[in-house]
Amino acid sequence: MNQKKAVRMNSNTILLLITIGLFIVMYAAGCIVYGSKGFSNTQTFMNILINNAGLICISCGMTCVMLTAGIDISVGSLVALDCMVLATGMQKGHGAIAMMLFVLVIGLLIGAFQGYCIGYLEIQPFIVTMAGMFFCRGMTAVVCREQVSITEDMNKLFYQMANLKFKLPFGGYYNKKGVYMAPYVRLGVIIALIVLVLVFLMLRYTRFGRSLYAIGGSEQSAAMMGLNVKKVKMQAYMLSSFLCSIGGICYCLNTMSGSVQQAQGLEMDAISSAVIGGTLLTGGVGNVIGTLFGVLINGTISSIVKTNGKLASSWPNILTAILLFLFIVIQSIFAIARSRKKA
Amino acid sequence: MKQKESLAVRLKKWPLLLPVVCLLLVMAVNIIHDAATGVNPFSFFMITVQHTTGNGNILYGRIIDILNRGSEAAILALGMTLVVSASAGTDISVGSVMSLSASMCCMLLAGFGVTSVSTDLKMPIFVGVLAGLAIGMLCGAFNGFLVAYLKIQPMVATLILYSAARAIGLLLCNNMIVYVRNDAYAFFGSFLGPIPTPIIITIICIVILSLVLKKTALEMYVQSVGINAKASRIAGLNSTVIIFLAYLLCGLFAGIAGIVSSSRITSADSNNIGLYMEMDAILAVALGGNSLGGGKFNLAGSVIGAYTIQAITTTLYALGVSTDQAPVFKAIIVILIVAIQAPPVKTWMKKRQSKRVEVKEAVA
Repeated sequence: MNQKKAVRMNSNTILLLITIGLFIVMYAAGCIVYGSKGFSNTQTFMNILINNAGLICISCGMTCVMLTAGIDISVGSLVALDCMVLATGMQKGHGAIAMMLFVLVIGLLIGAFQGYCIGYLEIQPFIVTMAGMFFCRGMTAVVCREQVSITEDMNKLFYQMANLKFKLPFGGYYNKKGVYMAPYVRLGVIIALIVLVLVFLMLRYTRFGRSLYAIGGSEQSAAMMGLNVKKVKMQAYMLSSFLCSIGGICYCLNTMSGSVQQAQGLEMDAISSAVIGGTLLTGGVGNVIGTLFGVLINGTISSIVKTNGKLASSWPNILTAILLFLFIVIQSIFAIARSRKKA
Repeated sequence: MKQKESLAVRLKKWPLLLPVVCLLLVMAVNIIHDAATGVNPFSFFMITVQHTTGNGNILYGRIIDILNRGSEAAILALGMTLVVSASAGTDISVGSVMSLSASMCCMLLAGFGVTSVSTDLKMPIFVGVLAGLAIGMLCGAFNGFLVAYLKIQPMVATLILYSAARAIGLLLCNNMIVYVRNDAYAFFGSFLGPIPTPIIITIICIVILSLVLKKTALEMYVQSVGINAKASRIAGLNSTVIIFLAYLLCGLFAGIAGIVSSSRITSADSNNIGLYMEMDAILAVALGGNSLGGGKFNLAGSVIGAYTIQAITTTLYALGVSTDQAPVFKAIIVILIVAIQAPPVKTWMKKRQSKRVEVKEAVA
């Protein structure tokens, strides 16, 4: 038993180390090749964080769901719905705080419904969240079919929040005029990092977090151990949609608009981030630190393609897919090796 | 009395019950809507012959429209049924593969970097079409290899091509929409005599696939692998090859659907061809009464399911729901249908029924 656990820990740590190493290599390569274009600035790294703040929150939720061997593909559409509700609400003159709370409630409700269908009605997660995806995307169009932008006159508070700059005490440089440029992050990054730390602690130290791993490891054993599998599953999906709504707010702080076409394919970004970060889709294995690096790798790829400027816009997709392929193959090799060792 | 009961029981066991009931419901909604708005209540079923300048006399009517527009979903549903049955998973890459095969075909016909051709094609049309189908099969083989040989979960394995295939298609087309404004190419999406060609292509696909399934015992193999892969391997079936074949066929059908879909608009619009089609295909399989957990399948159910989805979409448009709002209703319908099939709901209904029988017996 003890030995088996050690083997398992080992292969997972290796996967995590590969992910982190890959990120460092890619980033270093970017710095060397595109250093002259300003890639080596600290701000480039901060921009990756700023652009992916929403994705970090969403991927954390996705990791929790994937730990239970489930999946949530409704997140992209839910982000679109969140942004649209925020934008139209502020257009009608509601307060920023009230609208944000409202969006979080929407997330909880949708998560609760999906979780109920998956946990208590035992319908496949993929089908339920696919319906959720259709529903959210359609509801976005029901709320408003045009693109709505959030301007300063609409809501001063939200506008200020979006433009907040948190200057960092390190990594600055002097530009050509000799002015000190401190790297900065936006509010979304702060929110995302807080979410990340909280989810990390939750997965590690709380009863709920451990239950997620237990259910992903073996649903039957978890039930026999006395865990309320149905309830925990429902809570996992509620958590995912809730974190997704927080991510939606971060996303909206970046884009400052709502439209039906927004955030398409975001669910796949979240899933691939989690998988690259070492979360197994069969459940029970993974943590959010790996997921963070998965997001960062995705962000670095698109940042490099953007900095290059000549590569076609479809390259990030292809590169992410290749990485996904590599990681999945490595994972399956580990899994096969593990089962051989067991036998 | 006894006769009636047995009929009800037989009806309940009929595998096509769910899809047919759904289709009938959609038709009923149409009839009621037509009657309420003062149109002939049976206008849904009317098929007329209309004369068009381009295609001569063609059949025209809402049913024909549904059959025509639902062709791609029906073709995809064929392959998806096999995949679901054999591997208990879904192939979510079919929409992207459709786009890739269309891009491949149009790129070859037009030449790389050319955005529009009409008569001076670079190569004969059948070469382009074959290349499109070949790349579809290649994608299917890739998915099948990952799922069957590397034992990767189907959804994850197909996730790779889900994001990559469309992007590769965009690269092939140099990030532009390639137009092939050629009557011979447009044939696959227009009319053969009075009948829309997509309908004929769909029928050919269905007939060939069901013949192959029935004549070669492939149907039984796929089902047995789906029910228990290990047991069928011990029984002497090569379950790996059978799962691989299912994905290969799924890729081929995705290629066919891609060609049809691109021929309809005589271009390769990589960003939009096959968008969300994987959802429709999976939905069609579920609607057709097939368990998404693999095992037994019913091809007819999937095809009826695909047309039911198209009928729902067409009906929603007829009711005045806009294109981007229609998904809300689709979602509600999906949840209702799957909820009926959910095991806890089924046991609950059975319990209620047995209680009713008990009460009846007690009264008697």
